[in-house]
Amino acid sequence: MKAVMLHRLAGLILLVATFPAIAELRIEVTKGVDNAVRIAVVPFAWRGRGVPPADIAEVVSADLRLSGRFESLPVEQMLSLPTEADEVFFRDWRLLNVEYLVIGYLAPATEGYELHFELYNVFKQSADASISIAGTEADLRDMSHFVSDQVFEKLTGIPGSFSTRIMYVTAAGEADRRIFRLNLADADGHRVETVLESVEPILSATWSPDGERIAYVSFERDSRPAIYIRELQTGRTQQVTDFPGLNGAPAFSPDGKQLAMVLSKDGNPDIYILNLADRRLRRVTRHYGIDTEPSWSAAGDEIIFTSNRGGKPQIYQMHLKDLQIERLTFEGDYNANASLLPDGSGLVMVHRRNGIFHISHLDLKHGRLSVLTETSLDESPSVAPNGSMLIYATQFQGQAILAAVSIDGGVKFNLPSSEGDVREPAWSPRKRKLFRPIPYSPR
Amino acid sequence: MGITKIRGLLVVGVAALLLAGCASKEPEDGPGMDPGTEAPVVAPVVVKKPEPKPEPIKPMVDRSGRIVVPLDALNSARGTETLQGLFYFDFDQAIVKRSGHTELNKHAQVLSGDRGLRIRIEGHADERGTREYNLALGERRANAIRAYIVAQGALRSQIEVISYGEEKPVDTGHSEGSWAANRRVEIVYR
Repeated sequence: MKAVMLHRLAGLILLVATFPAIAELRIEVTKGVDNAVRIAVVPFAWRGRGVPPADIAEVVSADLRLSGRFESLPVEQMLSLPTEADEVFFRDWRLLNVEYLVIGYLAPATEGYELHFELYNVFKQSADASISIAGTEADLRDMSHFVSDQVFEKLTGIPGSFSTRIMYVTAAGEADRRIFRLNLADADGHRVETVLESVEPILSATWSPDGERIAYVSFERDSRPAIYIRELQTGRTQQVTDFPGLNGAPAFSPDGKQLAMVLSKDGNPDIYILNLADRRLRRVTRHYGIDTEPSWSAAGDEIIFTSNRGGKPQIYQMHLKDLQIERLTFEGDYNANASLLPDGSGLVMVHRRNGIFHISHLDLKHGRLSVLTETSLDESPSVAPNGSMLIYATQFQGQAILAAVSIDGGVKFNLPSSEGDVREPAWSPRKRKLFRPIPYSPR
Repeated sequence: MGITKIRGLLVVGVAALLLAGCASKEPEDGPGMDPGTEAPVVAPVVVKKPEPKPEPIKPMVDRSGRIVVPLDALNSARGTETLQGLFYFDFDQAIVKRSGHTELNKHAQVLSGDRGLRIRIEGHADERGTREYNLALGERRANAIRAYIVAQGALRSQIEVISYGEEKPVDTGHSEGSWAANRRVEIVYR
């Protein structure tokens, strides 16, 4: 007993010691869908002793609400608080016009916790999901996001992004004494951690496809730009380029074995591909104009990039097999920083219209361009792995913040932070933690 | 050392006047109040310093981006001259403006007069447009300035080019004025 208490105390001290001094991001929905799904997430039962270690329902409810596609019923308005199948009375929920219901419980397991949840269709009076997972104390938030992902996918047909992470750069302090930080946060803005802090600029951070490494550009060495790769688990960092001139815009190939980048060592900004295993460098563009911002196709056989070879920055596509290049964008005089959607059906990019920089979506099949944002100075669009949302950097009330918009433009939210300027978001390609369902053992 | 340098300063323009004005206040702010005891102590130092070979006066940048270069590099006279080290550009352009030519010619003259001198040309962009494109644009601007002064006699080996893109604005505002101030190249003597 004493040992347990000591253990708890140690945990508490550790918690205090590592408590992030960095501000979390706060999600503010600015536009939701017109016909949001009405859902009720009932507070989960705690089957252990004492105070429940986490409020699962609160996290799930917030996730769904902040997705802009759900309206979650406040607990105060619930007529009953079921946590088991036999406690569900559909009439209670029909009265409240609730379409879907989530119930569940958290129980102590031999190691950590077991989480069980059930999803009900109130009108059909059917159970749409009943899943149990197990995890440790540190996993509780991930377990909650797992529930959100499952519910979201069941009801929208789109895989949820609640278990993913966002990487971004902050710049705080006066213009001549700025502190740059490379941060990671959960997709809901919580659990912020700083990966790198520097008095010199940090930019263009990007994920490896497996989510285990990141590449970024930092000016930390002699105020000169260089590309670094860092393993997130170990923190091991490696400088991968040290060329005169630009060392920028790193982008991992879909197999994670190559890194596309921009170097100007041969006179002009051109695109190069570095083989990470044998360090061979291959130059793939040769033009006196600016070629930058490479981004790979899902199959890894094409690269799209920004070039001003036609006089103004536009998006071009290159087939790596024969290095043939074709122009993709024709509308507007400034199109840049494009990335393909996971299914290759279109791309998102920075597009200038009437002198204002917006995030736009270009449907490659029909050649249709749609402007997704109404703000100005929008840049750095990064698409969620489910391909349905993108996060970008914008200006809001004189501050640089992150914001997100769905590819169809129907959902919008802001992620303001109290920590100076926030910019260059990169949506992680993978979930932070994976859970395998375990057999459900009803009491 | 500081005092001798200021004495030798050839005042060019208001900037240098201000610089000298500020510097001349220094002795008054110093701890020594009694000139009777102070003079004998200070005097030998002042005399001694300039004697053993006038230490080459390294070009210096003042706080507003202006550069103080040894004047003898320009016309073999004693003293220093303040050169402008900031050059501005139009949006999405990397063309050296005519108005900067006179000043750039002087930089080239200084560099060709002393091959030991090294400069860093830093290219910058305003916040509009994407960060990586702006890094490329900043480099274009810095390269344009380098090409100009190399054509005027400086060596490429004396010059290092670095682009900071939009990462180091001097003005964090979002107006046309702020953007114009940030679209710049800075020459830094090292």
